[in-house]
Amino acid sequence: MADQYKGYRGPARDVLKNFQAIVWSDVQITTLKGEFTGIILPRSETADDLHIVLKLRSGYNVGIAANSVTAVEITGHKEANYKIPEKEFPYDPKKPNVKLLGTGGTIASRLDYRTGAVIPAFTPGELYGSVPELADICNLDTEKLYGVFSENMGPEQWVGTAEAIGREIENGVQGIVIGHGTDTMHHTAACLSFMVQNSPVPIVMVGSQRSSDRPSSDAALNLIHSVKTAAESDIAEVLVCMFGPTSDEYGLLHRGTRVRKMHSSYRSTFRTIGDIPVAKVDRNAITPLRDDYNRRRKDKSVTINTAFEEKVSIVYYYPNMRPDIIDSLVDNNYRGIVIAGTGLGHVNKPLYPSLKRAHEKGVAVFMTVQTLWGYVQMYVYDTGRDIMELGVIPSANMLPEVAYVKLGWALGQTGDLEKVKDIMLNPVADEITEREPSNGYLIFQGGLDDVEEFISRIRK
Amino acid sequence: MTDFVFKSFDEMTPEDYAAIGFMAGLEIHQQLLTEKKLFCRCPAGIYSPEYDAEILRHMRPTLSELGEYDGTALMEFKTKKDIIYKIRHETVCTYEMDDTPPFELNEDALDIAIEIGILYGCNIVDEIHVARKQYLDGSIPTGFQRSAIISVGGQIPYGDRKIGITQLSIEEDACREISDIGHTREYLTDRLGMPLIETVTDPDMRTPQEIADVGNLFRYLVRGTKKVRTGDGSARQDVNVSVRGGTRIEIKGVSRLPEIPLLAYNEALRQWNLLRIREELQLRGINENKFRSAVADVTHILKNTRYEPVRNALKTGMQVDAVLLAGYHGILRRQTQTDTYFSQEISDRVRVIACLTTLPNIIHSDIPSETISTAEWQRIKKTLSTGPEDTVVLVWGSGKDVETGANEIIIRAREATIGIPSETRQAYDDGTNGFERILPGPNRMYPDTDLPPKRITSECIERITAGLQENYWSREKRYRKLAIPSDTIRSLVLSQYADLFDRLVTNQTADPGWAAVVLVQFVKRLGRGGYDVSKLTTEVMNSIFTAVNSGRIVKDGVLKMMEQICDSGPEALLNLLVPANETELVTVVREAQTQIKKMVIINPDRRAIIIIGMIMDRLRGRVNGQTVIDLLGMTNGGRDNG
Repeated sequence: MADQYKGYRGPARDVLKNFQAIVWSDVQITTLKGEFTGIILPRSETADDLHIVLKLRSGYNVGIAANSVTAVEITGHKEANYKIPEKEFPYDPKKPNVKLLGTGGTIASRLDYRTGAVIPAFTPGELYGSVPELADICNLDTEKLYGVFSENMGPEQWVGTAEAIGREIENGVQGIVIGHGTDTMHHTAACLSFMVQNSPVPIVMVGSQRSSDRPSSDAALNLIHSVKTAAESDIAEVLVCMFGPTSDEYGLLHRGTRVRKMHSSYRSTFRTIGDIPVAKVDRNAITPLRDDYNRRRKDKSVTINTAFEEKVSIVYYYPNMRPDIIDSLVDNNYRGIVIAGTGLGHVNKPLYPSLKRAHEKGVAVFMTVQTLWGYVQMYVYDTGRDIMELGVIPSANMLPEVAYVKLGWALGQTGDLEKVKDIMLNPVADEITEREPSNGYLIFQGGLDDVEEFISRIRK
Repeated sequence: MTDFVFKSFDEMTPEDYAAIGFMAGLEIHQQLLTEKKLFCRCPAGIYSPEYDAEILRHMRPTLSELGEYDGTALMEFKTKKDIIYKIRHETVCTYEMDDTPPFELNEDALDIAIEIGILYGCNIVDEIHVARKQYLDGSIPTGFQRSAIISVGGQIPYGDRKIGITQLSIEEDACREISDIGHTREYLTDRLGMPLIETVTDPDMRTPQEIADVGNLFRYLVRGTKKVRTGDGSARQDVNVSVRGGTRIEIKGVSRLPEIPLLAYNEALRQWNLLRIREELQLRGINENKFRSAVADVTHILKNTRYEPVRNALKTGMQVDAVLLAGYHGILRRQTQTDTYFSQEISDRVRVIACLTTLPNIIHSDIPSETISTAEWQRIKKTLSTGPEDTVVLVWGSGKDVETGANEIIIRAREATIGIPSETRQAYDDGTNGFERILPGPNRMYPDTDLPPKRITSECIERITAGLQENYWSREKRYRKLAIPSDTIRSLVLSQYADLFDRLVTNQTADPGWAAVVLVQFVKRLGRGGYDVSKLTTEVMNSIFTAVNSGRIVKDGVLKMMEQICDSGPEALLNLLVPANETELVTVVREAQTQIKKMVIINPDRRAIIIIGMIMDRLRGRVNGQTVIDLLGMTNGGRDNG
């Protein structure tokens, strides 16, 4: 039986028990200060144990000090029944079939009384109930693979997701959408780019920066964009589909290996780094911004390769880093290290012996840049040459997180460091590009006349 | 009760209002005087129509905490508006744009809100929970207003009665709407996020005039703290009105209290008349279940019409729908408010919900003249098999909008059989009101999962209580016992100088009547004259009174001194106006007397005043008028010296 005093602990719980006032009771509470009328709500487990939460008739919640309660009169019971109105998702044989695989995140969510935060919830019926526009695009089927926040995604979930994608392609779906929390969406996108190769259909990752329990949420529009891309686009790649500008105008389709979350909270947080996005998508059209993408095919063949070595780490270099950081990884049997170095790919001298030792112990060490934009270039300064001498391999313009995921995947294939190097430096899905176009690095600065003039014209 | 005949606004008596069961309450929004906004660190109170950038958003309804949709939210969703926010870098950050989660609640604002809660005699809650109050009209980019209850209960004295206070909350202010045309609504965001309190009273007011009086009381009370904003738009009232058998209707955003009585009267009249319409429909055998309507596309019938609005609409490819309301003949012509008819209720809904904002947006067969031709009406009526007891309403617009419009006509007409729909209504300048949106209910509330509950400790309440200002009534009562001009009392109580005044009187530095005149009337006079009275700080004013007290300035020089300070700053105090000495005085008086002899005075009665003026002018505030009078020996009118 569910806890009738959900979330309440200590003195607050004692008071409620004393008056037999269980959660969801409609009550009139008399306190030393006065009277309060409303419904007793569950309490967040992270809140203190001194207060009782009451939903007043006006809909507002207030906390009442448990030790001031002198009487509780119970007049009824009203339990919340939080359910998105579910309507059967209509089936139209003329429309493409799209599968939505859920891993978690706030793309569809509801309130969690335990933590007071939002938890994900979705079925085709619920999605149709809240975003009916989806039915104009496709026949949608959903499967909940996981229900985790994105920080809890890891190799187990990556492998499971890649396998699920393989099954769906075999089943003949015309497109796949993956609902995902946004924090590590770019890690998963990169991983799926390696694990799922030569897909005949679009694989579109989507999430939301404002949870779907908010009227201004980007969830609905992101879902519409991603489902449209999965159903209609001819881009058969792993893509991230999120807001282009913060305005409700269009989404961008980013290549899974070149995308990164760049702002902790903005809607337009996902940006393609060192290149331009693959395409733009709105309610009416998908507009490619480039031509060099894999085209959709009619067959059902796909290569799923989910081998993954978990003992890989990423080290974000900082001045005065001590060699014990590297040593401890080696001593703990890590098999691969990605360094996010300064500038063109540098670390300080005190680290050299440790890096040498790592190399000698057969640990694969790759260099990336913490500037995110630009290439590793270790010939320019002596420091770089010295570091390469120690066995550290420059990874061109691979993003640090992408290099981390790829190294795990490469080490999953083979223990031979030469082969690992080969895998790492041969791009599978543009994780390394031959050139950085001049419009691949655009970070405008506010305050300048021409920039201000520009942002006054576009809805950013 | 139906025998009651509504009189004109001026003729209605309290007994008449009692007869119709008039009840009203207030929701008073008052901005707090803080340096920064409520949930972010943007500066508060900087307004400008200038903007640097725009963003566009759409709003979608979401479920309430108890798993229900709010009616208003669903209505707003039907409108499918593009909402444009105009953003200025100086006053808006990524928080107001809803691209950054809230920062901690502004403690200064919270302290002021608690202080006012204590003044109201409310029960301050022990823990505040920030709620999200949904507003899908777009007035807040998040789609909700962050709001939290500070206290419940409480009351303030009103004559020999008490006005109950339902609750006091602290919340962030919304955007300012600048236009709403078709499917585009535009907002300025400078006011967004400003801290304000909302005071909700019980429905304790019994006449329209009482609402304004009580509104004034609250205004004085909160202004008495000197911690709230004053000026345009800093205080806005929502007025809730109902009559017996009616519904609570909210009239939104009235910023001028004197407008309230007529607005409330018209709303009572509207409710009264809508109830009569329901009676009439019932007599005709029409109720919610027996209500019948039909819709037909009549575009083809009107393709050659001469009626301009429809003709223009058809030119741009729009469609005309005819809605049959069975048994409604004459109903749309029934009066609701002063010079306003039931057809207006329908037109409003079509305007707001179907976004058909070009007026007229409907015509109906109850007033067939001056619109489409009789022949056209006949063909339309025939299409819908209209009988003499029925009414037909026409609505025109683009495909989707006309469909929504026709549907809204049916919804509103059917509601007439039930009574008065729960609505939020907007105030018009002529004292009538119009539909704004469906009245939101408790289902629009949702806990704010971005912020944890915040405890209000007893130490906090004690600290605020200790620093509490004397409340408006008690101060007013005290001042009435002093010899202060009665028209100055209210302003003095609300003045920033009230505490200084008390000190001056207690220390016997100044006589109360004169001090009140200086602190209220002089400051007002200078302000009206365009002087920068902000330079007259409490400290400066205190120095002036001290200087007078020690004889370094004469009383009649005070206004001059204040003028100088406004012009050149408090340094003027250093160049004190030294009172004129005896020799100087005598010289000036003689000169004046010589001069006036040369002048032709038309009215000899004015001679004394003119000579005093000449002397005072020459000495520029360095002598008191009485001294001059004494010197001239004018006790008998001064003619001897002429």
